Amino acid sequence: MTGAASWSLNEHDFHRLERVLQNFLYVSNARCALLVDRAGQLITTVGEAPEFDTTAFASLAAADFSANDQLAALIGETEFSSLFHQGERASMYLADVAKRLILVVLFDNRTTLGLVRLKVKSTVDELTAIVEELFARTRAEPARPRLENAFADEAEDEIDRLFGGL
Amino acid sequence: MSIINYASREISCKIVYYGPGLGGKTTNLEYIYQKVAPETRGKLISLATETERTLFFDFLPVDLGAIRGFKTRFHLYTVPGQVYYNASRKLILKGVDGVVFVADSQVERMDANIESMANLHENLAEYGLDLKDIPFVIQYNKRDLPNIASIQELEVHLNPYGVPYFEAVSVRGIGVFDTLKAVSKLVIKSLS
Repeated sequence: MTGAASWSLNEHDFHRLERVLQNFLYVSNARCALLVDRAGQLITTVGEAPEFDTTAFASLAAADFSANDQLAALIGETEFSSLFHQGERASMYLADVAKRLILVVLFDNRTTLGLVRLKVKSTVDELTAIVEELFARTRAEPARPRLENAFADEAEDEIDRLFGGL
Repeated sequence: MSIINYASREISCKIVYYGPGLGGKTTNLEYIYQKVAPETRGKLISLATETERTLFFDFLPVDLGAIRGFKTRFHLYTVPGQVYYNASRKLILKGVDGVVFVADSQVERMDANIESMANLHENLAEYGLDLKDIPFVIQYNKRDLPNIASIQELEVHLNPYGVPYFEAVSVRGIGVFDTLKAVSKLVIKSLS
Protein backbone atom coordinates (compact mmCIF):
# COMPACT_ATOMS: atom_id res chain seq x y z
CA MET A 1 0.00 0.00 0.00
CA THR A 2 1.35 3.40 -0.87
CA GLY A 3 0.18 6.78 0.23
CA ALA A 4 -0.19 9.82 -1.97
CA ALA A 5 2.87 11.10 -3.78
CA SER A 6 5.11 11.75 -0.81
CA TRP A 7 8.37 13.54 -0.96
CA SER A 8 11.45 13.86 1.09
CA LEU A 9 13.90 16.60 1.66
CA ASN A 10 17.59 15.91 2.17
CA GLU A 11 19.93 18.10 4.15
CA HIS A 12 21.48 19.64 1.09
CA ASP A 13 18.09 20.78 -0.31
CA PHE A 14 17.02 21.99 3.07
CA HIS A 15 20.11 24.15 3.55
CA ARG A 16 19.81 25.56 0.05
CA LEU A 17 16.21 26.59 0.77
CA GLU A 18 17.23 28.11 4.09
CA ARG A 19 20.08 30.06 2.51
CA VAL A 20 17.72 31.59 -0.05
CA LEU A 21 15.34 32.58 2.72
CA GLN A 22 18.10 34.05 4.89
CA ASN A 23 19.30 36.11 2.01
CA PHE A 24 15.73 37.29 1.38
CA LEU A 25 15.36 38.41 4.99
CA TYR A 26 18.64 40.28 4.77
CA VAL A 27 17.66 42.26 1.67
CA SER A 28 13.99 42.80 2.52
CA ASN A 29 14.30 43.52 6.24
CA ALA A 30 11.30 41.31 6.92
CA ARG A 31 11.08 39.67 10.35
CA CYS A 32 10.55 36.10 9.44
CA ALA A 33 9.92 33.77 6.51
CA LEU A 34 8.15 30.43 6.66
CA LEU A 35 8.00 27.78 4.00
CA VAL A 36 4.83 25.70 4.09
CA ASP A 37 3.73 22.93 1.78
CA ARG A 38 0.34 23.05 0.07
CA ALA A 39 -1.00 20.36 2.36
CA GLY A 40 -0.39 22.58 5.38
CA GLN A 41 2.87 21.21 6.75
CA LEU A 42 5.61 23.51 7.89
CA ILE A 43 8.95 22.94 6.19
CA THR A 44 11.09 25.58 7.79
CA THR A 45 11.14 28.93 9.52
CA VAL A 46 13.93 31.43 9.11
CA GLY A 47 14.49 34.72 10.95
CA GLU A 48 12.99 35.81 14.26
CA ALA A 49 11.54 32.76 15.95
CA PRO A 50 7.75 33.20 15.90
CA GLU A 51 6.04 33.25 19.29
CA PHE A 52 2.88 31.67 17.92
CA ASP A 53 2.03 28.03 17.19
CA THR A 54 3.75 27.50 13.85
CA THR A 55 2.05 24.15 13.19
CA ALA A 56 -1.40 25.71 13.42
CA PHE A 57 -0.15 28.70 11.48
CA ALA A 58 1.08 26.51 8.60
CA SER A 59 -2.23 24.64 8.29
CA LEU A 60 -4.17 27.90 8.24
CA ALA A 61 -1.82 29.55 5.75
CA ALA A 62 -2.21 26.61 3.34
CA ALA A 63 -5.99 26.70 3.76
CA ASP A 64 -5.99 30.45 3.19
CA PHE A 65 -3.99 30.04 0.01
CA SER A 66 -6.10 27.14 -1.28
CA ALA A 67 -9.36 28.98 -0.60
CA ASN A 68 -8.05 32.00 -2.47
CA ASP A 69 -7.03 29.76 -5.39
CA GLN A 70 -10.62 28.66 -5.68
CA LEU A 71 -11.85 32.25 -5.43
CA ALA A 72 -9.48 33.13 -8.26
CA ALA A 73 -10.89 30.32 -10.38
CA LEU A 74 -14.44 31.52 -9.71
CA ILE A 75 -13.68 34.97 -11.05
CA GLY A 76 -11.90 33.56 -14.07
CA GLU A 77 -8.29 33.94 -12.92
CA THR A 78 -5.95 30.98 -13.07
CA GLU A 79 -4.51 31.89 -9.67
CA PHE A 80 -3.70 34.59 -7.18
CA SER A 81 0.02 33.99 -7.05
CA SER A 82 0.40 36.17 -3.98
CA LEU A 83 -1.73 37.40 -1.10
CA PHE A 84 -1.28 40.26 1.30
CA HIS A 85 -2.82 40.60 4.75
CA GLN A 86 -2.31 43.94 6.44
CA GLY A 87 -2.29 44.27 10.21
CA GLU A 88 -1.75 47.20 12.54
CA ARG A 89 1.74 46.15 13.58
CA ALA A 90 2.49 43.00 11.62
CA SER A 91 1.57 42.11 8.07
CA MET A 92 1.81 38.96 6.00
CA TYR A 93 2.71 38.38 2.41
CA LEU A 94 2.14 34.93 0.90
CA ALA A 95 3.49 33.76 -2.44
CA ASP A 96 3.19 30.56 -4.42
CA VAL A 97 6.34 28.53 -5.06
CA ALA A 98 6.06 26.12 -8.02
CA LYS A 99 2.49 25.21 -7.02
CA ARG A 100 4.03 23.02 -4.34
CA LEU A 101 4.95 25.33 -1.50
CA ILE A 102 3.93 28.66 -0.07
CA LEU A 103 6.36 31.31 1.07
CA VAL A 104 4.93 33.25 3.99
CA VAL A 105 6.66 36.47 4.97
CA LEU A 106 5.97 38.30 8.21
CA PHE A 107 7.05 41.90 8.35
CA ASP A 108 6.47 45.13 10.26
CA ASN A 109 7.18 48.83 9.85
CA ARG A 110 10.93 48.24 9.58
CA THR A 111 10.28 47.63 5.89
CA THR A 112 7.60 48.34 3.30
CA LEU A 113 5.18 46.25 1.31
CA GLY A 114 6.83 47.46 -1.90
CA LEU A 115 10.26 46.22 -0.90
CA VAL A 116 8.92 42.91 0.38
CA ARG A 117 6.95 42.36 -2.80
CA LEU A 118 9.95 43.20 -4.96
CA LYS A 119 12.31 40.89 -3.12
CA VAL A 120 9.77 38.08 -2.89
CA LYS A 121 9.67 37.93 -6.67
CA SER A 122 13.29 36.97 -7.15
CA THR A 123 13.25 34.80 -4.05
CA VAL A 124 10.32 32.81 -5.44
CA ASP A 125 12.29 32.25 -8.65
CA GLU A 126 15.23 30.87 -6.71
CA LEU A 127 13.03 28.68 -4.51
CA THR A 128 11.14 27.44 -7.56
CA ALA A 129 14.35 26.26 -9.20
CA ILE A 130 15.31 24.27 -6.11
CA VAL A 131 11.84 22.82 -5.59
CA GLU A 132 11.43 21.80 -9.22
CA GLU A 133 14.79 20.11 -9.17
CA LEU A 134 13.84 18.30 -5.98
CA PHE A 135 10.54 17.03 -7.39
CA ALA A 136 12.12 16.04 -10.69
CA ARG A 137 14.60 13.96 -8.72
CA THR A 138 11.82 12.38 -6.63
CA ARG A 139 9.96 11.42 -9.81
CA ALA A 140 13.08 9.95 -11.37
CA GLU A 141 13.88 7.78 -8.37
CA PRO A 142 12.44 4.28 -8.51
CA ALA A 143 9.87 3.55 -5.83
CA ARG A 144 11.62 2.16 -2.82
CA PRO A 145 10.93 1.87 0.87
CA ARG A 146 11.98 5.15 2.36
CA LEU A 147 12.07 4.17 5.99
CA GLU A 148 13.40 0.99 7.47
CA ASN A 149 10.90 -1.55 8.77
CA ALA A 150 12.18 -1.04 12.28
CA PHE A 151 10.77 2.46 12.07
CA ALA A 152 7.25 1.13 11.44
CA ASP A 153 7.57 -1.39 14.29
CA GLU A 154 8.74 1.22 16.72
CA ALA A 155 6.11 3.72 15.57
CA GLU A 156 3.37 1.13 16.06
CA ASP A 157 4.54 0.46 19.61
CA GLU A 158 4.51 4.18 20.29
CA ILE A 159 0.99 4.50 18.83
CA ASP A 160 -0.18 1.72 21.18
CA ARG A 161 1.54 3.35 24.11
CA LEU A 162 0.14 6.82 23.43
CA PHE A 163 -3.38 5.93 22.36
CA GLY A 164 -3.88 2.65 24.21
CA GLY A 165 -6.22 2.71 27.20
CA LEU A 166 -7.65 6.13 26.31
CA MET B 1 1.50 13.68 1.08
CA SER B 2 3.79 12.87 3.93
CA ILE B 3 7.00 14.83 4.09
CA ILE B 4 10.16 13.26 5.37
CA ASN B 5 12.56 16.02 6.23
CA TYR B 6 15.99 14.44 6.61
CA ALA B 7 17.53 17.74 7.65
CA SER B 8 15.27 18.56 10.58
CA ARG B 9 14.53 14.82 11.01
CA GLU B 10 10.79 15.24 10.98
CA ILE B 11 7.97 13.25 9.43
CA SER B 12 4.48 14.71 9.09
CA CYS B 13 1.43 12.80 7.90
CA LYS B 14 -2.04 14.09 7.14
CA ILE B 15 -5.14 12.16 8.21
CA VAL B 16 -8.58 13.40 7.16
CA TYR B 17 -11.87 12.56 8.90
CA TYR B 18 -14.56 12.52 6.22
CA GLY B 19 -18.31 11.82 6.33
CA PRO B 20 -21.80 13.28 6.28
CA GLY B 21 -22.80 16.37 8.26
CA LEU B 22 -23.42 15.93 12.00
CA GLY B 23 -21.87 12.47 11.87
CA GLY B 24 -19.34 13.11 14.66
CA LYS B 25 -16.09 14.02 12.88
CA THR B 26 -15.44 17.08 15.02
CA THR B 27 -16.48 15.12 18.12
CA ASN B 28 -13.75 12.58 17.36
CA LEU B 29 -11.11 15.31 17.27
CA GLU B 30 -12.47 17.00 20.39
CA TYR B 31 -12.30 13.73 22.29
CA ILE B 32 -8.75 13.08 21.13
CA TYR B 33 -7.82 16.62 22.14
CA GLN B 34 -9.27 16.11 25.62
CA LYS B 35 -7.67 12.75 26.23
CA VAL B 36 -4.14 12.83 24.91
CA ALA B 37 -1.47 14.34 27.13
CA PRO B 38 -1.11 18.10 26.49
CA GLU B 39 2.57 17.69 25.57
CA THR B 40 1.53 15.24 22.87
CA ARG B 41 -0.83 17.51 21.00
CA GLY B 42 -1.01 21.04 19.70
CA LYS B 43 -3.89 23.46 19.53
CA LEU B 44 -7.28 22.35 18.24
CA ILE B 45 -8.18 24.82 15.52
CA SER B 46 -11.83 24.94 14.49
CA LEU B 47 -13.08 27.01 11.61
CA ALA B 48 -16.76 26.74 12.42
CA THR B 49 -19.95 28.74 11.98
CA GLU B 50 -21.67 30.45 14.91
CA THR B 51 -23.78 27.34 15.35
CA GLU B 52 -20.63 25.23 15.63
CA ARG B 53 -21.04 23.55 12.27
CA THR B 54 -17.67 23.03 10.63
CA LEU B 55 -17.26 25.69 7.96
CA PHE B 56 -13.83 24.84 6.63
CA PHE B 57 -12.03 22.34 8.84
CA ASP B 58 -10.87 21.37 12.31
CA PHE B 59 -7.19 20.73 12.79
CA LEU B 60 -5.32 18.91 15.54
CA PRO B 61 -1.63 18.00 15.43
CA VAL B 62 -0.66 14.93 17.47
CA ASP B 63 2.96 14.17 18.17
CA LEU B 64 4.26 10.62 18.39
CA GLY B 65 7.61 11.83 19.67
CA ALA B 66 10.94 10.74 18.21
CA ILE B 67 10.87 7.39 16.43
CA ARG B 68 14.36 6.25 15.49
CA GLY B 69 15.50 9.82 15.55
CA PHE B 70 12.61 11.19 13.49
CA LYS B 71 10.11 13.49 15.16
CA THR B 72 6.88 11.95 13.93
CA ARG B 73 3.64 13.85 13.80
CA PHE B 74 0.09 13.29 12.60
CA HIS B 75 -2.01 16.19 11.43
CA LEU B 76 -5.68 15.37 11.93
CA TYR B 77 -8.23 17.27 9.88
CA THR B 78 -11.99 17.13 9.57
CA VAL B 79 -13.94 18.35 6.58
CA PRO B 80 -17.29 20.15 6.62
CA GLY B 81 -19.92 17.46 6.11
CA GLN B 82 -22.71 19.50 4.63
CA VAL B 83 -23.21 18.83 0.94
CA TYR B 84 -22.85 22.44 -0.20
CA TYR B 85 -19.37 22.84 1.28
CA ASN B 86 -17.79 20.58 -1.30
CA ALA B 87 -15.27 23.16 -2.50
CA SER B 88 -13.74 23.38 0.99
CA ARG B 89 -13.94 19.63 1.46
CA LYS B 90 -11.90 19.04 -1.65
CA LEU B 91 -9.20 21.47 -0.51
CA ILE B 92 -8.68 19.63 2.76
CA LEU B 93 -8.04 16.35 0.94
CA LYS B 94 -4.99 17.84 -0.74
CA GLY B 95 -1.95 15.84 0.29
CA VAL B 96 -3.91 13.35 2.38
CA ASP B 97 -2.06 10.27 3.70
CA GLY B 98 -4.94 8.46 5.37
CA VAL B 99 -8.73 8.73 5.57
CA VAL B 100 -11.25 7.93 8.29
CA PHE B 101 -14.84 7.82 7.09
CA VAL B 102 -17.16 8.61 10.02
CA ALA B 103 -20.56 7.16 9.14
CA ASP B 104 -23.74 8.03 11.02
CA SER B 105 -25.33 4.70 11.94
CA GLN B 106 -28.88 6.02 12.11
CA VAL B 107 -31.16 4.42 9.50
CA GLU B 108 -32.36 7.79 8.22
CA ARG B 109 -28.74 8.87 7.55
CA MET B 110 -27.93 5.94 5.27
CA ASP B 111 -28.48 7.98 2.11
CA ALA B 112 -26.32 10.78 3.47
CA ASN B 113 -23.55 8.25 4.22
CA ILE B 114 -23.72 6.80 0.73
CA GLU B 115 -23.71 10.23 -0.85
CA SER B 116 -20.75 11.34 1.24
CA MET B 117 -18.79 8.18 0.40
CA ALA B 118 -19.43 8.72 -3.32
CA ASN B 119 -18.30 12.31 -2.90
CA LEU B 120 -15.11 11.13 -1.17
CA HIS B 121 -14.33 8.88 -4.16
CA GLU B 122 -14.95 11.74 -6.59
CA ASN B 123 -12.86 14.26 -4.69
CA LEU B 124 -9.95 11.87 -4.28
CA ALA B 125 -10.11 11.02 -7.97
CA GLU B 126 -9.53 14.69 -8.73
CA TYR B 127 -6.17 14.36 -6.98
CA GLY B 128 -5.50 11.13 -8.86
CA LEU B 129 -6.08 9.03 -5.75
CA ASP B 130 -8.12 5.90 -5.22
CA LEU B 131 -9.44 4.79 -1.83
CA LYS B 132 -8.22 1.28 -2.62
CA ASP B 133 -4.64 2.51 -2.55
CA ILE B 134 -4.52 4.74 0.50
CA PRO B 135 -4.74 3.96 4.20
CA PHE B 136 -8.47 3.97 4.91
CA VAL B 137 -10.71 2.92 7.81
CA ILE B 138 -14.41 3.36 8.54
CA GLN B 139 -16.02 4.31 11.83
CA TYR B 140 -19.69 3.46 12.36
CA ASN B 141 -20.62 6.12 14.86
CA LYS B 142 -23.62 6.68 17.14
CA ARG B 143 -24.03 2.99 17.92
CA ASP B 144 -25.86 3.92 21.14
CA LEU B 145 -28.85 5.44 19.35
CA PRO B 146 -32.10 3.46 19.05
CA ASN B 147 -32.80 3.68 15.33
CA ILE B 148 -29.58 2.36 13.83
CA ALA B 149 -28.79 0.22 10.82
CA SER B 150 -27.13 -3.12 11.42
CA ILE B 151 -23.38 -3.40 10.84
CA GLN B 152 -24.03 -5.85 7.99
CA GLU B 153 -26.25 -3.33 6.27
CA LEU B 154 -23.71 -0.55 6.71
CA GLU B 155 -20.94 -2.79 5.47
CA VAL B 156 -22.87 -3.68 2.32
CA HIS B 157 -23.46 -0.05 1.43
CA LEU B 158 -20.25 1.58 2.59
CA ASN B 159 -17.46 -0.95 2.71
CA PRO B 160 -17.18 -2.91 -0.54
CA TYR B 161 -13.40 -3.27 -0.16
CA GLY B 162 -13.63 -4.65 3.35
CA VAL B 163 -11.37 -2.08 5.01
CA PRO B 164 -11.11 -2.17 8.82
CA TYR B 165 -14.16 -0.73 10.57
CA PHE B 166 -14.89 0.31 14.12
CA GLU B 167 -18.11 0.77 16.03
CA ALA B 168 -18.16 3.99 17.98
CA VAL B 169 -20.02 6.34 20.26
CA SER B 170 -17.74 9.29 19.77
CA VAL B 171 -19.45 11.57 22.31
CA ARG B 172 -18.45 9.06 24.97
CA GLY B 173 -15.12 8.31 23.34
CA ILE B 174 -16.01 4.72 22.53
CA GLY B 175 -14.10 3.58 19.44
CA VAL B 176 -12.40 6.94 18.92
CA PHE B 177 -8.87 5.79 19.74
CA ASP B 178 -9.35 2.36 18.14
CA THR B 179 -10.07 4.21 14.92
CA LEU B 180 -7.14 6.59 15.30
CA LYS B 181 -4.75 3.76 16.17
CA ALA B 182 -5.80 1.76 13.12
CA VAL B 183 -5.49 4.57 10.61
CA SER B 184 -2.23 5.89 12.02
CA LYS B 185 -0.64 2.43 11.88
CA LEU B 186 -1.73 2.03 8.26
CA VAL B 187 -0.23 5.42 7.43
CA ILE B 188 3.06 4.51 9.10
CA LYS B 189 3.13 1.19 7.21
CA SER B 190 2.62 3.03 3.95
CA LEU B 191 5.84 4.98 4.62
CA SER B 192 8.06 1.94 4.87
